[in-house]
Amino acid sequence: MIEIEPTYLIVIGFLLLSIIICIIRVVKGPTAPDRVVGLDTINTIIIVGMIAFGIAEKSVIYIDVAIVYALLSFISTLFIAKYLEGGEF
Amino acid sequence: MLSEIVDIIVYILLAIGVFFNLLAGVGLLRFPDVYTRLHAGTKCTTFGSIFICGSVVLLGLKYWIQGNPEYSTLSIHTAGALIAILLTNPTGAHAIARAAHRSGVAPVRAIVDDLKNKTVEKSAKKKEVKK
Repeated sequence: MIEIEPTYLIVIGFLLLSIIICIIRVVKGPTAPDRVVGLDTINTIIIVGMIAFGIAEKSVIYIDVAIVYALLSFISTLFIAKYLEGGEF
Repeated sequence: MLSEIVDIIVYILLAIGVFFNLLAGVGLLRFPDVYTRLHAGTKCTTFGSIFICGSVVLLGLKYWIQGNPEYSTLSIHTAGALIAILLTNPTGAHAIARAAHRSGVAPVRAIVDDLKNKTVEKSAKKKEVKK
């Protein structure tokens, strides 16, 4: 049986392909909510890529960074949505 | 024997997760509308994340049972990251959809918009009550 860790690097390659497709949508997007949707999707895929890289490199620090990144991207998404909606904070 | 079975399960989980994450990108590129794009982008990435994080947890548990206690931290922290994704992703999608509807983006090819007057009236009432 071959080693299973290098498979995660191939997985990161496919995730990178998905991120590139999302970047096309962020550049093209006709309205502002389209771009926000693209950025939100990119954030989630980056979190998954960090987890995959963490087990490929066998270190826990990438996964801790992924947890903090998830919470911060959630707060930024809520803030941008509130800004698009208008009104009081 | 058991280790090989766990490896095959990990490969299958990885394949499902990568497939759904690629589908999220394709759906984001092909759908005509903000709401349908939100549908594709959020749900497919959440579903794919569950499978990839599940494969990482399973692999960490396998190494832990085989006698590497440092992998226990990796498994538990990956489960924490998965819980964070599951809690935050649908909430953010709901906030974006509400913001898009209130900022005036209409669904493409939709004839009836049931929420058209309700949300505006509600928010106006709230503002009056505040004043």
